[in-house]
Amino acid sequence: MDVLRETLRALLSHWRQHPVQFFSVLTGLWLATSLLTGVQALNSQARESYARASQLIGGEPQASLSAPNGATFSQGMFVDLRRAGWPVSPVLQARLQLKGHEDLRLQLMGIEPLSLPSGSALAGQHLDMAQMVDFVGPPGRTWIAPSTLQALGLREGAQPQSLNGQTLPPLRGQVDMAPGVLLVDIGVAQQVLGLPAQVSRLLLSRDFAATEPRLPAELAGQLQLKRSGEENNLARLTESFHLNLDALGFLSFVVGLFIVHAAIGLALEQRRGLFRTLRACGVSVRRLVFCLSLELGGLALLGGMAGVVSGYLLASLLLPDVAASLRGLYGAEVAGQLSLSPLWWFSGLGLSLLGALLAGANSLLRAAQLPLLALANPQAWHQAHARWLLRQAWVAAVAAVIGLIALLWGDSLACGFVLMAALLIGAALSLPVLLDAVLNRLVRRSWSVLGQWFLADCRQQLPALSLALMALLLALAANIGAGSMTAGFRQTFSDWLEQRLTAELYVNPQNPAQATELQQWLPEQHLSAVLPSWQVAVSLQGWPADLYGVIDHPAYREHWPLLEALGEHPWDQLVAHDTVMLSEQLARRLKLRLGDHLSIPTPQGAWSPQLIGIYADYGNPKGHLLVNAEHLLRYWPQLTPSRFNLRIDPAQIPALLTALQTRFALDDSRIVDQARLKGWSTQVFERTFSATAALNSLTLGVAGVALFISLLTQSQSRLGQLAPLWALGVTRRQLMLLNLGQTWLLALLTLVVALPLGLALAWCLDTVINVQAFGWRLPLRVFPLQLVELMGLAMLATLLASAWPLFKLYRTQPADLLRSFAHED
Amino acid sequence: MLEVHGVFKRYATPQGPLAVLQGVDLHLAQGSSLALMGESGSGKSTLLHLIAGLDKVDRGSIRMGNQRLEQMNEGQLANWRRTEIGLVFQQYNLIGSLRVEDNLAFQARLAGRHDLRWQAHLVARLGLGDLLERYPEQLSGGQQQRVALGRALASRPRLLLADEPTGSLDEHTSDEVLDLLLELLDDSPSSLLMVTHSPRVAARLAEKVLLHGGRLVDAGQR
Repeated sequence: MDVLRETLRALLSHWRQHPVQFFSVLTGLWLATSLLTGVQALNSQARESYARASQLIGGEPQASLSAPNGATFSQGMFVDLRRAGWPVSPVLQARLQLKGHEDLRLQLMGIEPLSLPSGSALAGQHLDMAQMVDFVGPPGRTWIAPSTLQALGLREGAQPQSLNGQTLPPLRGQVDMAPGVLLVDIGVAQQVLGLPAQVSRLLLSRDFAATEPRLPAELAGQLQLKRSGEENNLARLTESFHLNLDALGFLSFVVGLFIVHAAIGLALEQRRGLFRTLRACGVSVRRLVFCLSLELGGLALLGGMAGVVSGYLLASLLLPDVAASLRGLYGAEVAGQLSLSPLWWFSGLGLSLLGALLAGANSLLRAAQLPLLALANPQAWHQAHARWLLRQAWVAAVAAVIGLIALLWGDSLACGFVLMAALLIGAALSLPVLLDAVLNRLVRRSWSVLGQWFLADCRQQLPALSLALMALLLALAANIGAGSMTAGFRQTFSDWLEQRLTAELYVNPQNPAQATELQQWLPEQHLSAVLPSWQVAVSLQGWPADLYGVIDHPAYREHWPLLEALGEHPWDQLVAHDTVMLSEQLARRLKLRLGDHLSIPTPQGAWSPQLIGIYADYGNPKGHLLVNAEHLLRYWPQLTPSRFNLRIDPAQIPALLTALQTRFALDDSRIVDQARLKGWSTQVFERTFSATAALNSLTLGVAGVALFISLLTQSQSRLGQLAPLWALGVTRRQLMLLNLGQTWLLALLTLVVALPLGLALAWCLDTVINVQAFGWRLPLRVFPLQLVELMGLAMLATLLASAWPLFKLYRTQPADLLRSFAHED
Repeated sequence: MLEVHGVFKRYATPQGPLAVLQGVDLHLAQGSSLALMGESGSGKSTLLHLIAGLDKVDRGSIRMGNQRLEQMNEGQLANWRRTEIGLVFQQYNLIGSLRVEDNLAFQARLAGRHDLRWQAHLVARLGLGDLLERYPEQLSGGQQQRVALGRALASRPRLLLADEPTGSLDEHTSDEVLDLLLELLDDSPSSLLMVTHSPRVAARLAEKVLLHGGRLVDAGQR
């Protein structure tokens, strides 16, 4: 025990003497853990919300009956089916806005708990009779998630009002309620939502659905059966979004570990003599490595704790934007506040320990293999340098081969990430080799003595600075790649919106009867064009999709660009023949090409139209199909239009709006104008990428910190290298400027490598990752101004990183420099 | 040529100011050689550093010709070291990132006095012909000191300052280096001031002085 204690004391004394290195290791672990755990917290929170949403009415998996277009339908159908012996239970679900909380998006769900399929649980609870009476009897209850209650600023028992003046039953918090959902008795829901005798869907038990019952003749075509698992695909839909966040978090983790590796490696070099002394005094190799591991573990716990706390804060800051993106893109509701399990905290610390082990393993191994009797001097740098470069080059080559294999033969998102990782790792490891080659060539051609020293010394610093430069390369490349992709997407998306959103108004009828009425009334209003569309929700090979029927109109030919088309007149073929057009992502998911036939389930059996066109449908996680309306109505004859796109003289819009609101009681949620739709779409886009942009900037910041710590760590040993020059007549000011120049040169050369790497990364993101994750391909666009801005930012970050070490050098007194020449006499 | 008058130097320590030099007077004629001796901590290296312009006197003056070190600013001191002084240290202090050939030429090129013929002569006399492409860490101690010597002499300084140049070397190598140093001095106009605590080494120089109690005591001439 004494040996252990004394060994630890001796080892820990190093950090007291070298606080900068101690700070470096802690900072690296803190940054690495912070960003990765922050991303994990975001993803974990989202997935928990999805699970709650899908288990709102859980227990036994159920099937459901709903209208093909997803609209509400008459309660009478529920009564008819019950009379026919169907054990159905009604559910009404719609958006709700509360007075004083108009900005909060809420869903009101009304259920009939007495008729729920047996074994059903409500928000994770199986209700007993008393609870059921409490729920349905006066005054009733409104179940709500505690996080939603808090977001509303209300207390239990409160009775908020809807915008139409209806009062909700007293609120009751339930732990397992999905965020953003209010659960009431269906009668209350019908009243509050202003949908008397309307139902959204009818729940069926799985066992009954498994018998494949046929709907009564009068209801066939009006309702369609959906098995459980088809409706709630949030986890599947959002998988790609979360994977991309994970990738960014992991990148930051790796960059942070670079800092740790550099600092631990330096600590090992400086304690070589101490290790030999301890060994000579009788400390075994095993005990020494054990003590070093304990030391590393202690540092990991300290850095990890700081990282987990700041990861939580980071996630709290980013959660609103991420939640808004998920809501806008996928309709997924995520709680606005973090509620993380203790497991998350422990896993964060575990990550820090793992990271420290990964970063420090090499040093532990070298400490274990240190020969007892060898001189304490390090090997000649030149030979070690050459060997190190050769090793780097080999590993980079292996990474390149792996990347090539992934590119040529990979066909999944995971392969896409392997390609990107191989590209980044290969480039990072090649960087010192490239820099060394360039500097070596320049040294031979330099004309001045200080220039020669400048370049030769730069080359000698490479091993010490290479990790920081690699981190800078990765961060810059990620910024260039992600920035190019985001800006390219923004431009493509904006152009696409301009082309597609040409109608001035979009009207969504409340119910089929209103749709029929609008279909007759709108053409009488002297509009430029009335473009009705019919919609059916379908499932194709497990993927949710919306099938739209449209009329034949020049508007589609002029404003609906196709990425691919079969023949010269695809829109004519859409009218005349049994044909279909698909969104790009759906075509990829179903692995269909032009000319293939697609099988669409209909109430009258499978329908196999031919694929004649593929179009872009950015931002839509569901599939999108387009057919001629007449063909659609052959299979769904009872369908009414779900939307009307109206071309109208802008000056006439106010009058038409007034007429629509007066005659049909359509509120703002049912009538959307083009500007609002474009604005909303753009806002979703911006919020989606705001988290990405934030993480990118933080990663660049981490790389800057890595560079700063590397420069600071080696500033002490630099004194011994610079003192002879000072002695030979180079002033301190010159030395400072030369050092700054060296850092800038290395950063500039790194930037030069980062540019093509970043563009290659952008290509990967546009053509591989995006396609695998979301299904659509983006054109590669280069934005020179963006690159110039990033270059400026990188040089500024380098200046800031080197400022303090340079200032220290400038302020170094001759006495400190003289100490380099000191000897015993 | 080198005149040191009444030089005082003290350093601040946690225990209070430490007076290292207390009124040192020294004279070194052009082309001559002087051994500066004294016990450990007597201030030999301090005096050498002051003469080299690496540090500044508290009181007194150091002059060579019409140049006075105590009146120079940092830039002028740097110029002084570049053009007037050649420095040889006990620990060689070569530039690790440059090859031997470049180390040899370094100071001469800094001073704008790079003479290829003179350098070739030094290389031949110092026996460095086969080592020019190597890096300092690939050389033995004796070899490194020969390179350091060559670097110091390549710029043909007026004054060569050597701080225990043979202190890290074994006796045989030490003699070798010293022989070379004295031979090369004959070929150049440089004067030599060498710090040493070896009487054997000191005996080979023209004069020797002893630093004791912060003052010089004349230890005699050869």
